[in-house]
Amino acid sequence: MIPYISNTENDVHDMLKVIGVSSIDDLFNDIKPRHAPRSFNLPEGKSEFEVVEHVKRLASKNATDLILFIGGGYYDHYVPSAVTSLVSRGEFYTAYTPYQPECSQGTLQALYEYQSAICALTEMEAANASLYDGGTALYEAVMMAARITKRDKVIMDGGVSPIYRKIIRTYTSNLNYEFQETPVVHGQSSREEIEKLLDKDTAAVILQNPNFFGTIDDHSDIVEKAHALGILVIESVYPVALGILKTPGAMGADIVTGEGQSLGLPLNFGGPYLGFMATRKKYIRKMPGRIIGQTVDANGKRCFVNTLQAREQHIRREKATSNICTNVALCALQSVIYMSLLGKHGFKALAQLNLDKAEFARQEIEKIEGVEVKRSSPTFNEFTVCLPIDASVVVEAMIDKGFAAGFPLGRYYKGMENYMIVAVTEKRTKKEISDYARALREVLAGAYCNTPVQDV
Amino acid sequence: METVEHLLYTKEHEWINIEDGEATVGISDYAQESLGDITFIELPSVGDEVEQFGEFVSVESVKAASDVFSPMSGEVIAVNEDLNENPGMINKSPYEKGWIARIKLSDSEEQSNLMTADEYSKFLVSVG
Amino acid sequence: MKLIFEKSVEGRQGFRNPRSDVGLEGEIPLKYRREKDCPLPEVSELDVVRHFTSLSQRNFSVDTHFYPLGSCTMKYNPKFTETIAAIEGFSNLHPLLPQLNHGEKLVQGALEVLYDMERLLCEITGMDRFTMQPLAGAHGELTGVMMMAAYHKAKGNKKKYIIVPDSAHGTNPATAAIAGYEIVSVNSDENGVMDLEELKEKITDETAGLMVTSPNTLGIFNSDVDKIAEMVHAVDGIMYYDGANLNAILGRCRPGDIGFDVMHINLHKTFSTPHGGGGPGSGPVGVNEKLIPYLPISMVDRRDDGMYYLNYDYPGSIGYLASFYGNFSIILRAYAYIIMAGGEGLKEVSNHAVLNANYIKERLKERFHLAYDRICMHESVFSASKQTERGVHAIDIAKFLIDQNIHPPTVYFPLSVKESIMIEPTETESKQTMDQFIDAMFKADELSQQQPESFHDLPKTTPVTRPDEVKAARDINTNYFQNT
Repeated sequence: MIPYISNTENDVHDMLKVIGVSSIDDLFNDIKPRHAPRSFNLPEGKSEFEVVEHVKRLASKNATDLILFIGGGYYDHYVPSAVTSLVSRGEFYTAYTPYQPECSQGTLQALYEYQSAICALTEMEAANASLYDGGTALYEAVMMAARITKRDKVIMDGGVSPIYRKIIRTYTSNLNYEFQETPVVHGQSSREEIEKLLDKDTAAVILQNPNFFGTIDDHSDIVEKAHALGILVIESVYPVALGILKTPGAMGADIVTGEGQSLGLPLNFGGPYLGFMATRKKYIRKMPGRIIGQTVDANGKRCFVNTLQAREQHIRREKATSNICTNVALCALQSVIYMSLLGKHGFKALAQLNLDKAEFARQEIEKIEGVEVKRSSPTFNEFTVCLPIDASVVVEAMIDKGFAAGFPLGRYYKGMENYMIVAVTEKRTKKEISDYARALREVLAGAYCNTPVQDV
Repeated sequence: METVEHLLYTKEHEWINIEDGEATVGISDYAQESLGDITFIELPSVGDEVEQFGEFVSVESVKAASDVFSPMSGEVIAVNEDLNENPGMINKSPYEKGWIARIKLSDSEEQSNLMTADEYSKFLVSVG
Repeated sequence: MKLIFEKSVEGRQGFRNPRSDVGLEGEIPLKYRREKDCPLPEVSELDVVRHFTSLSQRNFSVDTHFYPLGSCTMKYNPKFTETIAAIEGFSNLHPLLPQLNHGEKLVQGALEVLYDMERLLCEITGMDRFTMQPLAGAHGELTGVMMMAAYHKAKGNKKKYIIVPDSAHGTNPATAAIAGYEIVSVNSDENGVMDLEELKEKITDETAGLMVTSPNTLGIFNSDVDKIAEMVHAVDGIMYYDGANLNAILGRCRPGDIGFDVMHINLHKTFSTPHGGGGPGSGPVGVNEKLIPYLPISMVDRRDDGMYYLNYDYPGSIGYLASFYGNFSIILRAYAYIIMAGGEGLKEVSNHAVLNANYIKERLKERFHLAYDRICMHESVFSASKQTERGVHAIDIAKFLIDQNIHPPTVYFPLSVKESIMIEPTETESKQTMDQFIDAMFKADELSQQQPESFHDLPKTTPVTRPDEVKAARDINTNYFQNT
């Protein structure tokens, strides 16, 4: 028997007697012989030791010794030990959604603190207790904007992550929304193209800062023009950058979402991550997902509860603001522990450090002949590099030198086959950056001698 | 459950007080009692056109949300702004201070689809 | 207890960043910079550790308390799966690597996990393919319903309605609405299963599909499920299996064999990944041949040379549902759990989950009204109707249990039973623990006879007593900084 079942033979015997049946099989009489499995060929059970060894063997087939200069919205930041240690407490991770507030104050207070930290970071007024990930959070923001404005046209800036844009299109394929995408000019949102599209049928403009190319923008002017027509502005942000960047709140954004992976979550091959969302207080009842509120108990003592539940699926059913049920409470907890550890000054210093290292990398890469680092607009810790040949070929060749050198843009942007985005976090050392530049120089030199680099 | 004699009622537990082509609308004592403490009301806007038995307001309590339907058709000419700050007024005074909106009626014939206080009381008994 | 922000002391540091070794400072023009520093707390690492450790101690959890929360399958989460999730070869893996040229070579281990897991889930459920992308059960539902919509669209079927039983989870109707369908609800009959006559009337040519949880939320397996499937298939409707209660039937019955076309699994229920205080979850979706063309992309496939790769070549696909390949580390934990258990182990899981549920049901029914007095599956639903007559409601009993150091069962769900108390012990609990629970329930019943009024200020042993939820909803305070 697997070691996580406690019943002994005697227990089983006693319990069957109480129930008044003679065997466990009798309990399954509602499942008729005609319902029996046609097959159930699963491997034999294994010991814990065997399973751990098996999975370690699989892990060794992944290339995790690569030095990461790849970002694209998902960054290789350091996770402090205290974060890992605290989220590993069983009282947190083996609890359920806090439906019984008296015995869930730990989770509830932590999530209230998380919401507050997200508001501080974005300078918004109200955050929810998390959504699945940055992409689905942005989709939820689109739905929310449509609910608030009762309009169905949406403008998406081309600098918004192409991964997010694909998700939004998938989800809305059965609903009547009209999407228009605007191009990026000199790395920033095209004012001209966006303004042309703004009208009284438009629900929202979706922007991203820094955008997928790594460039920074101040969208205040777009917000102003949008608001004049009753249009909401949704801003997707990279939270670490907000240590120093102008906040979406200061720009006047109405709904802010983002991917919280960089706030203390490992890369984990794509999940679980953390979708965050914040908005203006006046829109709080239109926001999807769980929201934790402060209140008092019967003795007047401060406590926390799931609040505004009437928006949610278990009450409103088909009229709910979203079908979301389980969110990512543990990831939210992880991020608030991370933000608390870093603190006011540490968080700003972290952002500056990312900026410094990225600037150094830009300078090193710029020195390579034939390579152009785009500098028409400022960037944070990721920037666009134009190579003399197909970037996907260069990145592939760089793998052999031990680097995940960047993300080639050709996959998502037609005509940008020679471009890649390069991300530099606080984990990259001067030596790694210099080695990277040297390797890139070698790869490109090799490419000139015998193009194509490698036809694998 | 309290009812008020001169009002007309719907099966969805709204009441209406008709005076000279205009009317005041609210929810009944039974409705506020079954919703529990009301925490929020999304009021219509002045100028909104409403249809008889069409959704025009939604109210929320801690663990329920429900739509309020207009007892008759017409145009919203006033809303009870006090409810934004103090939605609990609906619980305390469903027939007076907890009124929701005033409507300029477009079809007085629609009255015939509504119940008198007496009929509504019997209806409440029948739905248990 | 103070908030972490209230513990802040100017100048205190909780973490040291790496020193800058690049000898220069990056600059950003003023107009792009934030004006005020982000007001995160200034606390030491010890402050942070004490704060969150104290918070954790204000939670009930499976590791510390019996947690018979019906329909949530709060079973014990074996610790070795945490060891596995922490293996660096997986935890440090960047999700964009396989999207590079020949990038699949860099992530063969991870793709193999996804590939193997898909085969395991297919064998467990009788489905033909699974997507691992959905990030939670409700997300899986949405995926399934979107595939249903794509199927009807491809066939030119004019469909409008999805049928759900009245005992369905709230996510079902919410999901259907987002996918553009309307909901038709069918009542339960006197046996606690969907009323067949009513269902017959409600199935029409416009029926897109039927969503069923089986066993249902009353803990009852509907023996007519295959007949129902025939009725739905007769109008080219799709049978959707909500896998929330799969823990009851492992090795006894496979949704794919009894007429279901699409299903989701909550890995955090059946396959024992931690609930995390409300996620992250994972909701893989399985389909039979009918719906394979519509699966979201990418899928993990294997080339003839044995190399695993991400296959985007599904022209009928509904598209991209998540940023990447699902909640990978959750899938990894569930994968480890399944290969640990093996086929026999999984059967034992259901055997003991059902045995335990019936034991509790049988013992409690002498004092509590049992909604449907029959053999149940993994959970049973009582009503506190007898106690309510004495002025003690289901919620009062729940609060009483908290003082007995037991996490309450689910109350007020399903909606079809008044004052419902839904109990799911799971297979990992011992008879001794369940006996303690039963004793506590009996005590609650006795107290409801002797001193019904004493319930109203329970619980008394917790750090806080009953919260004022009306105040929370009226005087909204969801952000510490809104008042500072």
